[in-house]
Amino acid sequence: MKRIRSFNESISGNKYLAAGLIMTGLALVIGILGLFWTPYSTTAMSAAEKFAPPSIRHLFGTDNFGRDIFSRVMKGMGTTIGISALVVFFSGTAGILLGAITGYFGGLLDEAVMRLTDAVNGFPSILMALVIISILGNGKHNVIISLGIVFIPSFVRIVRSEFIRLRDADYIRRARLMGVGRLRILFVHILPNIFSVFWVSVMIGFNNAILAESGMSYLGIGVQPPDASLGKMLSDAQGYLQSAPWYALAPGLAIVWIVLGFSLFSEGVRRCGE
Amino acid sequence: MKYIGKKLITLIMTLFLVSVAAFLAFQIIPGDVVTSILGTEATPEREEQLRQELGLDKPPVVRYFAWAADVLRGDLGVSYRYSKNMNEMMPVAELIGDKLPVTLWLAAVSMLLIIGVSIPLGVLWARSSNHFLDGLLGVITQASMAVPSFFLGILVTYLFGILLKLFAPGGYISYQENFSGFLGYLFFPAMSIAVPKIAMTARFLRNSMLTELRADYVRTAYSKGATKRRVMYRHVLRNAMMPVVTFLGMIIAEIVAGSIVIEQVFSLPGIGRLLISSISTRDFPVVEILILYITFVVIFVYFLVDILYRVIDPRISEA
Repeated sequence: MKRIRSFNESISGNKYLAAGLIMTGLALVIGILGLFWTPYSTTAMSAAEKFAPPSIRHLFGTDNFGRDIFSRVMKGMGTTIGISALVVFFSGTAGILLGAITGYFGGLLDEAVMRLTDAVNGFPSILMALVIISILGNGKHNVIISLGIVFIPSFVRIVRSEFIRLRDADYIRRARLMGVGRLRILFVHILPNIFSVFWVSVMIGFNNAILAESGMSYLGIGVQPPDASLGKMLSDAQGYLQSAPWYALAPGLAIVWIVLGFSLFSEGVRRCGE
Repeated sequence: MKYIGKKLITLIMTLFLVSVAAFLAFQIIPGDVVTSILGTEATPEREEQLRQELGLDKPPVVRYFAWAADVLRGDLGVSYRYSKNMNEMMPVAELIGDKLPVTLWLAAVSMLLIIGVSIPLGVLWARSSNHFLDGLLGVITQASMAVPSFFLGILVTYLFGILLKLFAPGGYISYQENFSGFLGYLFFPAMSIAVPKIAMTARFLRNSMLTELRADYVRTAYSKGATKRRVMYRHVLRNAMMPVVTFLGMIIAEIVAGSIVIEQVFSLPGIGRLLISSISTRDFPVVEILILYITFVVIFVYFLVDILYRVIDPRISEA
């Protein structure tokens, strides 16, 4: 009975993984392609083709300036994915460095960093990002910086607890006895062993970054035109909900597609790993 | 009591740190406020006079304490954007005053919806182990993590506003004019905030109840002849509500943050919208106060939940 159940579970894990891989793969291909090539120009306006409904010529129809929505969604997906990847890269790297040092060595620095992350934790993350963006100003680089800072504590906390768990493990004690240097213990002996845990938090972080970026762009304080962004498209489209509902649906569903694909993918990885 | 005192000190400390951060953060920004109020044609004397009036000629530390003292006394400062000249200063308090009720009512209606729907739903779910409900709420919880709140708001606008014509999108009704109309309009943004949270809370309560149902005291209660109903509501629900209270506390914080976005979607003139427009126009006195205010609400709610938790569950000792 137990064997059958675990067999079933691994199948459903694989299903998650397969669905997630297909959705994420498609989103990545379309998004990255969109940064370099789109079927139509993302800025070319056409007065004759305002609000054309979805068709073979324009898969998702056209917007209030007659621009091809599919092309703009492609480019917007690329921008959003690119920004989120950079955000996770920066905050993840900072998280590893801070988490490794505070977790392994403890002490005063650990205390200070933990107090700070605790304080930040109770604080709504969108508010933090808004504060930073209001100091730095709008634009995609500042979005990356502000979200990059906001996401650091979540990574620090996970990396730190893993380093605390492993710092007194037998193989680490042994390595210390053999005279292995501190840096080598931190990054060669411990770091590879926390990757399975770290990976999960990276995927959650990536999804949160996608939602945060599109939210900020929706509010008009994120990516600025002429950069296409899914959030900005949604806020533009909202005024034409009655006459052109496809205009809002396309970027909205694109966000849902990316996030859902990625969370199915990470759920699949988690289930197969168990 | 000792515990509450300790928590209170932490609360005040956090608030102090946030206020310092919020104040100093905006001091490092380049750009002169005085020219932005008076324009470039003002005489140097006038500029100097305004600078003195706003206290901008003193060092940041002095200004912080002057500002903090003013805030504590209820003087929230003046808006840079809405102050046209020295005789027509726009106090921040006045700016926030009529927007605050909108946000508070939005949060209240959302919270009422969440509590009113999720608790009966969670109990029903735990009792029936209904597969349809299981699947439906599972899908909603999963989807709520993938559908951004502003897109959900737009979908609600499209479905209820445009297709079903239950409300006029963008046709906000002021609470001063028509309170029931205001609540009617508020229902839809509140729904956009509440639906994902309802799914999460119901699932949380159901899991918590299923765990409690396996506890020894349930068997004892049954063996003493208690009815299923009595066991469910008097014993299990009470214990299962413990973690849910904490969860709801966290949700209040999320509602406050989430309303920043939802107010924009439904064009509600609340403080979230004011915050966004103040950030865009770099009206920092307003931004500082709003950040301080939102932080205060969030940590105060955490504080209340902490205390409430102890009141409900006497097992948590004072120590």
